[in-house]
Amino acid sequence: MNKIFLVIQREYLARVKKKSFLIATLLTPLIFPAIMGIFVWIAVSERENQSLRIIEVIDETGLFFMESSEQYAFTSSINDPEEAKKMVQEGERYGFLYIPKMEISNPKGIQFFGIENPSMSLMSYLESALKRKIEDQRLYDKGIDPTVLKEIRTQVSIQSVTLGESGEEKINDATVNYAIGFLAGILIYIFIFVYGNQIMQGVIEEKSSRIVEILVSSLKPFQLMLGKIVGIGAVGLTQFLIWVVLIGTLTTLVTGVLGMQMPQQQAMELANPEMAQATPDSSELADILMVIQGIDFVAIVVNFIIYFLGGYLLYGALFAAVGSAVDAPSDAQQFMFPITIPLIVAYMGLFVFVLQEPNSTTSFWLSMVPLTSPIAMMGRISYGVPFWELALSIGLLVLGFLFTTWLAGKIYRIGILMHGTKPTYKILWKWIRSSQ
Amino acid sequence: MLKITRLNKAYSNHRALTDVDLVVPQGMIFGLLGPNGAGKTTLIRIINQIIEQDSGTVEIDGKSLSPDDIRKIGYLPEERGLYKKMTVWDQLIYFSRLKGLDQSEAKGKVKIWLEKLEIGGWKEKKIEDLSKGMAQKVQFISTVIHEPKLLILDEPFSGFDPVNAEIIKNEILELKAKGTTVILSTHRMESVELLCDHVAMIHKSRKILDGTIREVKNSFRPQEFSISLINLLQDLPQDWKVRHDEDRAFNFSLPLNGRSPNQLLKELMEYGEVMEFKEKVPSMEEIFIHQVKATQYE
Repeated sequence: MNKIFLVIQREYLARVKKKSFLIATLLTPLIFPAIMGIFVWIAVSERENQSLRIIEVIDETGLFFMESSEQYAFTSSINDPEEAKKMVQEGERYGFLYIPKMEISNPKGIQFFGIENPSMSLMSYLESALKRKIEDQRLYDKGIDPTVLKEIRTQVSIQSVTLGESGEEKINDATVNYAIGFLAGILIYIFIFVYGNQIMQGVIEEKSSRIVEILVSSLKPFQLMLGKIVGIGAVGLTQFLIWVVLIGTLTTLVTGVLGMQMPQQQAMELANPEMAQATPDSSELADILMVIQGIDFVAIVVNFIIYFLGGYLLYGALFAAVGSAVDAPSDAQQFMFPITIPLIVAYMGLFVFVLQEPNSTTSFWLSMVPLTSPIAMMGRISYGVPFWELALSIGLLVLGFLFTTWLAGKIYRIGILMHGTKPTYKILWKWIRSSQ
Repeated sequence: MLKITRLNKAYSNHRALTDVDLVVPQGMIFGLLGPNGAGKTTLIRIINQIIEQDSGTVEIDGKSLSPDDIRKIGYLPEERGLYKKMTVWDQLIYFSRLKGLDQSEAKGKVKIWLEKLEIGGWKEKKIEDLSKGMAQKVQFISTVIHEPKLLILDEPFSGFDPVNAEIIKNEILELKAKGTTVILSTHRMESVELLCDHVAMIHKSRKILDGTIREVKNSFRPQEFSISLINLLQDLPQDWKVRHDEDRAFNFSLPLNGRSPNQLLKELMEYGEVMEFKEKVPSMEEIFIHQVKATQYE
């Protein structure tokens, strides 16, 4: 036990003392917002620089009037579709929307012509505009006055509130939950890869420089492997905790500054959520800040640490096994496949299933299977997960890493002493089965 | 000190050790010989508890080997290395603590050894900044730092220049004088003859030779004498393969063929004046090569 601790200490200090660790740890929390800022800036300036796109409309029904927006202007200067197409080809018009004569009860045959593929946002803009016009027209046909229609039309946004067991109310926002799940899931994915790779590199270093022969004459290979995994994991945890503190401080500073800039009323609403609920038309920013305040960050951080450690230990052992089996990092590629695939499945699953539908069956299973649960569960956590599911998932994860550690130990103890042979899966299997 | 009985070890595709018995007496330098792939490394790894034997026993001081014995053994593998990015000091402290020394004990010992091998000024340097010979010294220190009772050295002189090799040789002899038992595994027969009291040879997983240097040499005496004659009284027989050198001496060698040395000498005196009459004693190198060849075709 004492010797494992010595190994942990060495692995930890050797990495934390490096300048590169300090730089990465301090810069990363700044780099992410910086990159996001750059994206926003580019998007905004692109929108500003965009020239107005003119779209020719030929409406043979005579029912539709397209309202121009900041980006698109609609004109109806001609009546011949062929001529309109020509204008598009010659570049006089960005596009041409053709609405043929049709039954209003059965709108069909509407076409858009353009030189390039229209963007998704343009198409949905056109579709929803036409849809509303058609619906309005049909309502009008049934005898409803357009002015009445205008009065009736309302903007609705639902505030989602979850009820806690003791009756406390918490305001949610699907977007914020999505963002948290997204960030936490990706962070775990990156952590597992980065630190898993460090384990592998470390094992290969000890093996190829033959330090390992001296080490294993002093302690058991399993102790050495475990010490290395735990030591590097502690480095990852240190990095994460520094980030939490840094980001927490930054966020407090930023919200503090924003809070001062906000009008008095909103600031009061923030301070007093009940009043804010009473006045639903408070600004969006205040809403988001309120949602963020409603999030149980402690629970998220705690769960993150649990799943980070679980996932890291599970995959870390496998990375160690791969490192022990090969002589050089370039040989490791062939064995990386079975490690990479489940990680990528979890990563894809996070986007395709979990974040879209956190409580679907697929999401449930992705967050139960130990190979994918560390990433998948992070996508669900901010939406709220029943306690028994969490407990089961964590329990399975613990069993999972005990199993991979045992498996990796069997490969490791033989692998680290083997030189010059290029192992295959068959040989690895033999190592796992051999008692010695 | 160390007693090995009927040790067996097989890997999936070959046998590494077959019924090997060995007794390493206390306070001796024991030469472990054998060509590459003979099973020496396997034997050494079993003594170091890096791997386990299939059958047979290893006893140290009359007791079966246990994890606590790690502290009693110092091991310098043939293929060795150090952490390149770690300083000499950190590295030596780490290795001595892994062997079971506590922090203050380790510090004191490392200091003494660094001074002894005259590399105290380098303790804050990283291994990658050291010359190869210097790194080898650090490696040697890491092997002996915990004052092992049994020292296992696998090709300890490889990589050393003659001056440093001499330093290490003297350190080994000093440790022996203090009662340390040393197992020396090497291909350099001249260092075997110089240092070892006792040798054993392993070839193709079996022990094929065991004994003190004198015993081994005696058992390999070819019963031949090298002879030098001058002032011939009569012609020498054709089949004696005589070499004639500048001093006009006639050199050749003759087997005893059942005669006693004195009888042979008497016979020779009839041919001329005997300047040299010496029994041929094989070198360890000759014995080594002879033994490997002899078992090659079994």
